[in-house]
Amino acid sequence: MERKIRVLVAKPGLDGHDRGAKVIARALRDAGMEVIYTGLRQTPEQIVNAAIQEDVDVVALSILSGAHNHLFPRVVELLKERGADDVLVFGGGVIPEEDIPFLKSKGIAEIFGPGTPTSKTIEFIRANVKRPLC
Amino acid sequence: MKELVRRCIEGDVRAAARLITLLESQDREAYAALYRLKDHAGRAQVIGITGPPGSGKSTLADKLITQFRARGLRVGVLAVDPSSPFSGGAILGDRLRMQGHATDPGVFIRSLATRGSLGGISKATHAAIRVLDAAGYDIVLVETVGVGQSEIDIVKVADTVVLVSVPGLGDDIQVIKAGIMEIGDIFVVNKADRDGADRVVRELRAMLETQAQLRRGQAPLGGPDTLAAHDPDFMHHAGLVPGLSEAVDEESSTPPVLKTIAETGAGVPELADTIVRHFERLMKTGELERKRLESIRYQLSQFVFDEMTHLLSLPELSKVRDELAQQVFCRTLDIYSAGMALFHSIPIQGAAHEDTHA
Amino acid sequence: MTDFEKLEQDFQAWQAKVEKANEKYPERKKQFVTGSNVPVNRVYTPLDQKDFDYTTKLGLPGEFPYTRGVQPTMYRGRLWTMRQYAGFGTAEESNARYKYLLEQGQTGLSVAFDLPTQIGYDSDHPLSEGEVGKVGVAIDSLADMEVLFDGIPLDKVSTSMTINAPAAVLLAMYIAVAEKQGVAPEALNGTIQNDILKEYIARGTYIFPPAPSMRLITDIFEYCSKHVPNWNTISISGYHIREAGATAVQEVAFTLADGIAYVEAAIRAGLDVDEFAPRLSFFFNAHNDLFEEVAKFRAARRVWAHIMRDRFGAKNPKSWMLRFHTQTGGSTLTAQQPDNNIIRVTLQALAAVLGGTQSLHTNSRDEALALPTEEAVRIALRTQQIIAYESGVAETVDPLAGSYYVESLTDRIEKEVFQYIKRIDDLGGAVKAIEQGYIQQEIQDSAYAWQMDVEKGERVIVGLNKFQIKENPPKGLLRVDPAVGERQKQKLVALRAGRDQKAVDSALASLRRAAQGTDNLMPPILEAVRAYATLGEICGVLREEFGEYRPNVMF
Repeated sequence: MERKIRVLVAKPGLDGHDRGAKVIARALRDAGMEVIYTGLRQTPEQIVNAAIQEDVDVVALSILSGAHNHLFPRVVELLKERGADDVLVFGGGVIPEEDIPFLKSKGIAEIFGPGTPTSKTIEFIRANVKRPLC
Repeated sequence: MKELVRRCIEGDVRAAARLITLLESQDREAYAALYRLKDHAGRAQVIGITGPPGSGKSTLADKLITQFRARGLRVGVLAVDPSSPFSGGAILGDRLRMQGHATDPGVFIRSLATRGSLGGISKATHAAIRVLDAAGYDIVLVETVGVGQSEIDIVKVADTVVLVSVPGLGDDIQVIKAGIMEIGDIFVVNKADRDGADRVVRELRAMLETQAQLRRGQAPLGGPDTLAAHDPDFMHHAGLVPGLSEAVDEESSTPPVLKTIAETGAGVPELADTIVRHFERLMKTGELERKRLESIRYQLSQFVFDEMTHLLSLPELSKVRDELAQQVFCRTLDIYSAGMALFHSIPIQGAAHEDTHA
Repeated sequence: MTDFEKLEQDFQAWQAKVEKANEKYPERKKQFVTGSNVPVNRVYTPLDQKDFDYTTKLGLPGEFPYTRGVQPTMYRGRLWTMRQYAGFGTAEESNARYKYLLEQGQTGLSVAFDLPTQIGYDSDHPLSEGEVGKVGVAIDSLADMEVLFDGIPLDKVSTSMTINAPAAVLLAMYIAVAEKQGVAPEALNGTIQNDILKEYIARGTYIFPPAPSMRLITDIFEYCSKHVPNWNTISISGYHIREAGATAVQEVAFTLADGIAYVEAAIRAGLDVDEFAPRLSFFFNAHNDLFEEVAKFRAARRVWAHIMRDRFGAKNPKSWMLRFHTQTGGSTLTAQQPDNNIIRVTLQALAAVLGGTQSLHTNSRDEALALPTEEAVRIALRTQQIIAYESGVAETVDPLAGSYYVESLTDRIEKEVFQYIKRIDDLGGAVKAIEQGYIQQEIQDSAYAWQMDVEKGERVIVGLNKFQIKENPPKGLLRVDPAVGERQKQKLVALRAGRDQKAVDSALASLRRAAQGTDNLMPPILEAVRAYATLGEICGVLREEFGEYRPNVMF
C-alpha cells in the first residue's frame, strides 16, 4: 500500500494571516495528502517537535511578518539536530526575492511567493519528498 | 526494524513515530515487530475520549494532559480524524489545541487519519497504542469523533472510556447513539456554563439509571423527575454554582456524570481524578484483567472482520460476489446458498493479502 | 398599457433579437459575474427597479438611511482624510516617517505597530524574536510612545492606531503623552481599531478569550464617552475579513454582525446606545470591481442605519450613521509586474471615494513584496490627490445614484447581508458564530473557491495568470534594520533600571484587583502606563487573570 504523504503546515512567528496556509492545507488534502495543521504563533521548537511526533515528510512554513530569515533557518537547524534531516522544508509568504538565496543556503528547499498556484506546490512536494513512499 | 523497536522501547520519540507510520501503512514487518513490543506493553492506562463534533474533546484532552503531567505521568495522545472520502487526504487539526504541550518531552501527540472505509484504522490505532505503551507513556489518550462505528470501535478497547456531551447541540443528548452509551465509564457534560447543562446531566443520569436497572433485571422506579429525590448530587447541580466537582460513588453501578468547562479548565482536575480512580478500581477489583481480555477477544474478532472486508474488496472475490448476487437477483439461487458459496470461495490462507504489504 | 408594460414588451423583443445574434457572435463568456461571483445581467433597466422608492431607499445626503452619504455636502465641504498606515522599526524611525507624510500633505496619522506590540509582548519576550519592528513600530512603554509623537502636537492631528487586543493600553499611552504635551484628553481626535472579533475571525492578533475582551472594549466605550469624547472608540473592521478571502457581501455582513455584538455588549454593560453609538466607526476594504464596491459601501450604510434605528431603537441620528475608513485591497496586489498595482489601487480608491468614504489609505505598489518604500508611499498618496483634485468625482454627492446597475447591486447586497445576519442571529450572535467556526469557515470556502478560479484561469489577474512577462527581481525594497530588536531590548533594560519599581508594582497590583472585579479597567491601566510599566507587564497581568484565547479551526 502506498504510504500517504504527511505534511505539517505551520505558521511560525506572530502574524495572523493564515489565508494562504489554510488554502494550501485544503489543496494538499484535496490532492490526497494528510495535513497536520498547527495554527498560529508557533515557535521553531514547537514546529519541529510536532514534525517529529507526526513523522511528516514535509514541513510547510508560511510567514508574512518579515521574520523569515530568523525563523525558517531555525526550523531546519532543529530538525537536523534531532536527526530528522529527511524532512523536506519549504516556505511561503511575503518574502523578498533577494532573501531566497540565503534561505536556500540554510536548507529551505523552496520559497513560494505570492500568487504561486497550489498545483505548483503540490507538484513540488510530489517530486521532492525525500523518503520513499512505498 | 529490530533497531527501531529497541530505540522505541528506550523512549526514542523519532523511533516511536516512525513505527506508528509503518503500522499505519500496514507494513507487515512492522506488525511483526509488535511481537517484540509485547513484553514492554500493558502498563499504560488507555483512555478513550469520544463525543460529537464541537463538544470540545480536543480542548478537554489538552487540559487533561496538563493534569496528568502535574501528577508526574507521561502522556501519549492519539488524535483520530476522518479522511476525506473524495481525495483520501485529510486535514488533522486536533493537534492545534494541544500544541502548548509540543515542547514537553513527557508528551507525545500523534494525529491519525481514518483512511477510508476499508477498515484498518482501528487496527492501526490499537497498534499505535501498543507502541506508545512500550515507549513508556503512562497514559495513552485516544481521542476520536463519536460519529461512526469505526470511531466507536477505536475507543471501545480503552481501559477507561470517557463520553463527552455538550448542551445546545440539539434536542437530544448527543452522545446517545445505539451502542455507545454502554461503553462509557465516565460521562462528561462539557461547556457546562452553557444553558441547558443541568438538563443534559439530568437526562444522562436518568438514562444511566434506567440502564443499570435493566441490567439488574428491575423495572425503572420512575421517570427522570423522581430522580432528584435519590440523587445526592442533584441539588448541587441544580444550584447556580457551575459546581463542577462531585463525590463519585465508587461502588455505584451507574457511571459518574461530571461537568467541565474545558476552555477554562474548570472541572478538569476532578475529571482527571475520576479517571485515575477508575483505573485504580479496575486494578483493585481484577476488573482490568477481565476488561482487557474482553478487549483482546473483541480485537481478535475485529481483526478477522477487517481481513474479511479486505478480501472481499479484492477483484477476484468481488467478481464472485457480483456473479452470485446476479443469480440471487434472477432467483436461480437463494441468498443463503449464495452466501455459503461466497464464504467457501474465500482463500483462507490469506495469500491474497500479500499485495497490501508490498 | 403602463410604461412598465410597454418597456417589458420592448425588452422581451430586444432580448430575443440579441439572443439570436448571440448564436452567431456569442458574448465573451456564458455567464458574467462580479468580483464576488454575483451574476451580472447584460443590461439594467427600470425593470430591475420596479419597486424603487427614492425616499425610503436613498434619501438625501446626510439623511436616513444615508445611502447617499453621511454628510449633506460630502466632499464639497471637506475632502476625505488621506491617511496612510505607516510605522516600522523604532519609535524614532517612525516619528521621522510621520513628519515626512505630514509635510507631503497627509492629513491624519495612522500608526502601524509591530506584532509583539499587537499581541502584548515586550520586545525581549522569546516569541518577539525576529519580529521586533518588522510590520510596524515597536512600543514597549510610554517612553517609546513619547518618542513616537515627539514634535507632533496631538491636539492638531487625528491619529488612528491599528491596535486591538491591547488597545486599552496603547490608548492610555496616547492619553499620557498628550498630558505631557499639555493637551487635555477632551481635545484628542482619533481612532483605535479595538475590534477583537475580526481578530478571531481573520487577523489573528488576539490575546484574551471573548468575554474579557468584550469587557475591555465596553470599558473603553464607557471611559471615552466620559473623558475622551471625540475619540472613535472602535473601528469595526471588514478589511481583514475581506483580505482573508470573504466576498463583498460577506465583508459587510460579518462586519455588521460584529457591530451588532459590540452594541449588544455595551447595552448589557449598562450603557445607553446613544451614548456610545455615535463614536462607532467602521473600516472596509476596496477591491477592483468598481461598481460592486461602490454598491457595497452604499448598502452597508443603509443596513446599519436600519439596524441602529429599528433594532436598537437609537434616537440620535449620529448613532445611525455608518462612518468608515477604507483601505485598498492588499490581497489584490501582485508580486508580478508590481507597477500594475498602481492602477489597481487607483480603481479601488475611486470606488471608495464614489462610495463616500470618510478616510482612505491607498496601498503602495510594492506591498506584495515588502513594507513600502518612501517613494512608493508618495505615489499612493498622489493617487488620492489626483482623484480628489483632478478627476472631478468629488464635486457632487454620490454621483452613481440612480444607475440601474448600481442600485440593483446595492439592493442585492443589502438583501444578502440581512440574510447572513439572520443566520448569525440564529446561531446566537457573532461571538457564538465565531466560537463555532461558522464565520471562519464561510470565509475559507470563499477563499478556496477564489484560488481555484484563478488557477483554472476563470479569473484573470493581469500579470499573474495572463499577460505574464519575464521579470528581474525588484530592487530597492525597504528593509527593517535587524538590530531594532537589540536596541529595543537595551531600552527596556535602561527603562526597568531607571523607573520607580514600587510605583510599577503597586499599579500592576491595583490593575490585577480591577481585573478580578468589575471596575472599569481604563483608570488602573492609565496609572500603570504613567508609572512606565511595560506593555508586556500590563498584558501579562491581564493574561494571568483572563487566560488566553485558543482558536477553533475548522476546514
